[in-house]
Amino acid sequence: MTISRRNFLKAAAGGGAVLATTGVADPALARPNLEMPPKAIGLLYDATLCVGCKACVVACREANDLSPVFSTDEKLWDTPLDISAYTFNVIKMYKDGSGEHKDQLKDGHAFVKRSCLHCVDPSCVSACPVSAMEKNAENGIVSYDADRCIGCRYCVAACPYGVPRFQYDTPKPKIGKCELCRHRLPEGKIAACAEKCPTGATLFGTVEQIKGEIARRRAAKPGEMVAYERQRVGSGDTHEKKAPLYVNHVYGEKELGGTQMMMLSGVPFVALGMPELPERSYSSISETIQHTLYGGLIAPVVALGGLVALAWRASKNHQDEE
Amino acid sequence: MSIQKPLSPPHRPAPLGGSLVTPVTVICAVLSLIAVYFLAKRFIFGLGAVTNINDGFPWGVWIAWDVVIGTALACGGYSMALLVYILNKGRYHPLVRPALLASLFGYTLGGASVMFDLGRYWNFYHIFTPGLAHPDSVMFEVAVCISLYIMVMWVEFSPAFFDRFGWKGMKTLVERLMFAFIGLGVLLPSMHQSSLGSLLVVFGYQIHPLWQTPLLPLLFLLSAIAMGFAVVVFESTLATSGFRLKSETRLLAGIASVMNGLLAAYLVIRFGDLAVSGKLGLAFSSGFLSLMFWLEIAFFALPLVLLQGARRNRARCLFIGAVSMLVGGGLYRMDGFLVAYQTGAGWTYFPSLPELMVTIGLIAFEVLAYIVLVRVLPVLHPNKSEPAVAAAAAAE
Repeated sequence: MTISRRNFLKAAAGGGAVLATTGVADPALARPNLEMPPKAIGLLYDATLCVGCKACVVACREANDLSPVFSTDEKLWDTPLDISAYTFNVIKMYKDGSGEHKDQLKDGHAFVKRSCLHCVDPSCVSACPVSAMEKNAENGIVSYDADRCIGCRYCVAACPYGVPRFQYDTPKPKIGKCELCRHRLPEGKIAACAEKCPTGATLFGTVEQIKGEIARRRAAKPGEMVAYERQRVGSGDTHEKKAPLYVNHVYGEKELGGTQMMMLSGVPFVALGMPELPERSYSSISETIQHTLYGGLIAPVVALGGLVALAWRASKNHQDEE
Repeated sequence: MSIQKPLSPPHRPAPLGGSLVTPVTVICAVLSLIAVYFLAKRFIFGLGAVTNINDGFPWGVWIAWDVVIGTALACGGYSMALLVYILNKGRYHPLVRPALLASLFGYTLGGASVMFDLGRYWNFYHIFTPGLAHPDSVMFEVAVCISLYIMVMWVEFSPAFFDRFGWKGMKTLVERLMFAFIGLGVLLPSMHQSSLGSLLVVFGYQIHPLWQTPLLPLLFLLSAIAMGFAVVVFESTLATSGFRLKSETRLLAGIASVMNGLLAAYLVIRFGDLAVSGKLGLAFSSGFLSLMFWLEIAFFALPLVLLQGARRNRARCLFIGAVSMLVGGGLYRMDGFLVAYQTGAGWTYFPSLPELMVTIGLIAFEVLAYIVLVRVLPVLHPNKSEPAVAAAAAAE
């Protein structure tokens, strides 16, 4: 049996149909960043207001029915070192040199709250094969449903902030992450961490309110007295404090298309362990590739047609030989 | 126990017969049982009782090796189908069935091993449940295509079983429709082998830029097909020496040249992409990862150098070239999923011994099943150099 050059090229073109489509992205299939949901709610964390009391950590445990986690031998009190499948919220500390100056890079210290940022375009939701991670279309909360979850941990691996965590110590494991106390909202309550924060460092509100509050705080002259609200934007429960000098960066405003928890700080966010991220979401890049290749199953069906036709021709040829 | 070899013409695949209890099969069986012990532990106490995976490295060797590398090593059937049935190169036909059997096992066990790794495996069917299935997820695409492909391969291989049991009608029916299954059997691995690369795209900055690129699906696909050809050369060399069959060096040389074409394309695209996106400098400035990068490239480049011209017809060069290709493709995947995956300070991962024993046991079980099946079912071409068979072959 011989193959003519023409047949070979035809075959190569057919078999390469899938390949060819990878290179040329149809702009109609391009998937831009998702937009902020209309009634998005979230948190404002102002590191300059945080005193590191960890009332939010305890409040989160109570609200989410989580047992204490120990990191000392004595096991006397709750001492989680990081978020985990059993701890959805921690306060971490940056320290340099003598550590005496608050919110200062050199010889200073600063606090940072680590919990789910509730991305506008979350990687975990894009990654999840069974819709166990979902983003609420109204309020934008990124929620988890264990009854759907298959435990593949793609969300754990994908999250750019390392938020969803897995239970490795049980045969019936679940993912654990902050869900912005979505079970308390119908009762008219707010996220427990914001409710219990004594300084208003963690403040609950709609994303619109939070953006307004951020603009107000950044407009204040460092050193002048400013009123800060506790619990939620518009609560009226205020205390006064001198305005700090913020770094010129609102974390969560643009990172991967934005997040619903936003942060202000006196030290650069890299020092607080937050990753530097581009504006385009990773899920949009991943889904653009998927939609280009498999959108409407058009390319696979065309490729299959070509492949079946070629296989049919080859099987006839092989029969002729025998 | 031994199995009587039925009479069959020498140019057709036939059961090899012979004893099923040999040192190799016994060792494989013991290793498989050790894996079963640790798997029992995993299902009773949880993943942490057996593996070293953690929230910084939630995927360990059970994903990177058993599934990602395992299915790439099982691409022999896919690559041969591409060559024989799509590119219509009929002369390679004798290599298809053994390649398909190895693929069948590699994929079936790779697919089954996913169940060991899934934390909530009892919910697995949700991937196929309308309303829960999430088509935007790369994982969804991989899971669906691998599952379908495993089924397609069992159909493709079913004539060997029908031969064995003498079910002529079924065999004829399946063989008439085979072209459709072959089409599917080429499409599905093209989809999921590329998607195994796409899995890493959403990890963003967590994958080192020397590996992170939107071209990951293309690079994974090209290297998977090349690994498929390499594994055919590898297995055929082992099988012909292990079972003392006639050497297929001439056919394998042809396979090697196709593999080299793919390899060259892979290297051009990989370096071209790095150059265009201005990341070539990272190949020299990334410390340990630069070393891993060049190690991969060296293994990819060796077959290109080694299998030039007449050297391609030497069995030893073919074998070394194929092994080099497999190591390069394996390293590329291991680097992408584990070594070049960095989730921040403080996280480390190296597989535990029990974790490795499960992976080793899985490989041992594959080898065991392959040996048993080629002795029982018509898979290989037993062109033994016995005078009677040679005479019969000459007479034809």
